[in-house]
Amino acid sequence: MSGRTLYDKIWEAHLVAVEDDGAALLYVDLHLVYEVMSPQAFAGLRAAGRRVRRPELTLAVCDHNTPTENQRAGVSAIADASARRQVETMLVNARDFGVEIFPMGDPRNGIVHVVGPEQGRTQPGMVIVCGDSHTSTHGAFGALAFGIGTSEVEHVLATQTLRARKAKNMLVQFHGAPPIGAGAKDMALALIGQIGSGGGAGHVIEYAGEAVRNLSMEGRLTLCNLTIENGARAGMVAPDEQTLAYLKGRPGAPKQGWVDASSFWRTLRSDADARWDTVVDVDCTTLAPLVTWGTNPEQVGPISAAIPDPASFADPVKQASARRALDYMGLTPGQKLEGLAIDRVFIGSCANGRIEDLRQAASIAKGRKVAPHVRAMVVPGSGQVRAQAEAEGLDRVFTAAGFEWREPGCSMCLGMNPDKALSGERVASTSNRNFEGRQGRGARTHLMSPAMAALAAIEGKLADLRRLGR
Amino acid sequence: MTPFTTLRAVAAPMAEANIDTDQILPKQFLATTERSGLARGLFADQRFNPDGRENPDFVLNRAPFRGAQILIAGDNFGCGSSREHAPWALLDFGVRCIVAPSFAEIFYNNCINNGILPAIADPAICTELGAEADGGEFTVDLSSQTIVTPAGEQFGFTIEAGRKAKLLAGADDITLTLLRTDEIAAFERRRVVWL
Ligand code: SF4
Repeated sequence: MSGRTLYDKIWEAHLVAVEDDGAALLYVDLHLVYEVMSPQAFAGLRAAGRRVRRPELTLAVCDHNTPTENQRAGVSAIADASARRQVETMLVNARDFGVEIFPMGDPRNGIVHVVGPEQGRTQPGMVIVCGDSHTSTHGAFGALAFGIGTSEVEHVLATQTLRARKAKNMLVQFHGAPPIGAGAKDMALALIGQIGSGGGAGHVIEYAGEAVRNLSMEGRLTLCNLTIENGARAGMVAPDEQTLAYLKGRPGAPKQGWVDASSFWRTLRSDADARWDTVVDVDCTTLAPLVTWGTNPEQVGPISAAIPDPASFADPVKQASARRALDYMGLTPGQKLEGLAIDRVFIGSCANGRIEDLRQAASIAKGRKVAPHVRAMVVPGSGQVRAQAEAEGLDRVFTAAGFEWREPGCSMCLGMNPDKALSGERVASTSNRNFEGRQGRGARTHLMSPAMAALAAIEGKLADLRRLGR
Repeated sequence: MTPFTTLRAVAAPMAEANIDTDQILPKQFLATTERSGLARGLFADQRFNPDGRENPDFVLNRAPFRGAQILIAGDNFGCGSSREHAPWALLDFGVRCIVAPSFAEIFYNNCINNGILPAIADPAICTELGAEADGGEFTVDLSSQTIVTPAGEQFGFTIEAGRKAKLLAGADDITLTLLRTDEIAAFERRRVVWL
């Protein structure tokens, strides 16, 4: 019998039962909830007279539609009435059902996928779910983490289990070291470009290889975050000493149990003879800073490239989608990505709103000025990230350069709060989705790394980080 | 949940790949605490011009397709955000079945949980179905896993047995799972927790 993958092991360790129809009942160790995807689930519990089975395994935050200024004023800071009602409903639901919540303005609050890891709630070997597709982020710790819908949120609240079906195993190996100027975001985008936005469908991915081992925890979080953009159910990185070092001492991490926990976590890895349904190899040695040109993350290329001609795609469906994307993006085939004038810059999101991302962006911004026609925003992923950045003086670097230094939340990643781009505005963004209308109706999003986005702000146009020698 | 057995309805062709949930229901409609009333937001950025008027070019605004209850879609339909608001909006608009070569997984589950049939068919069949979507009525039958076009041609689709049974019965997962409360409790007793 061949060995098992890390995914196989976590799956088997969480099986409560298997139904006749093949659905597994999987135990959930950590359930993260937030204001947008949960109200209907709590309403369902109320209507059925049910309680939350394990409130202590549930953590609530407010992140998607919170404003990025004046959060201390509480819900009255939310101008939009329906957004305000959602945040108020989250507070009431957390109180009524006994679920811990970090309310808006609490220094521990922030984007759900930034908060879980930094609070030490996200741990190796766990099953973690949240009503948000980027729950894949938490896989960076060697957890099985994935997004669910609101009906499933209600199911988890009521039963602490989820009905799920086993996915296939995919191994993605990143070989070699990325050259200067390229990092975790470029690795993730390169993979999506290589296998397509449906390329991971039906799989859980384990990321491995030298380049993944060498990534910081922050980099691994970025890589796992973008997993959903290639269609896979979840992505994970086996825990190692770096994972343990990151976790140790965090509020949610084991205390007396640390020795037992960490020695168990060290065993969490795929067997050498594990059976993979699909293996993908990515060469990192030729990686360049990548930028998306279309309305889907697979429509991506190196900053030095030209916009492709839709006719150059063999697949007629891809041709049509490239044509529509170029029309929406206001681009023409053959045009250079480098030098494309931009209007807005957004540095933040659960893809790139962590401290290391802000350090990288600040290192580019330091001593320079944002181009006069550009509005650039830095939105830390959480209150903790914001406090840490301020302790390091990054806020002053940004504001001196002309960036806006905002309060934490999802912000312009999806524009559910007042931070939206206007129709036709071109945005250099560190988020994870360049879909039509994502950052505002008619807004044109180019995805890239934090350093690339900071450089775009300074230059006022898309620019090649490698020209700075980094 | 309303069971899904057979459906006789108009089908609208939407052949593009990667139609994401941000398109199906744009974020400005997410700030609700209700499941109902989302039909007005369905494909809103494409159905309506910025001035609020209907875009006459969008398929669901064209006469025979206004009442479509079936969509014939492209690969990876429903990718992106996990928002269940997307299937809620489809349902509120009247859509009960989507036929596509592939679906994004979270969206697929969300459909099943709302009594919408996500039927998977070969790309060639989807192309054929799209070409035959002329405003006449298609018949979708879940138990035999077939779709009959207005011209009377019959095609098959796939759906995994467990999900098929669930749609046919209109079963509620929470009620079923709560029957296993003892097993959940037993699992909790053997579960290792580090403090
Ligand atoms: S930052 Fe963006 S992608 Fe991440 S959870 Fe918030 S809205 Fe979703």
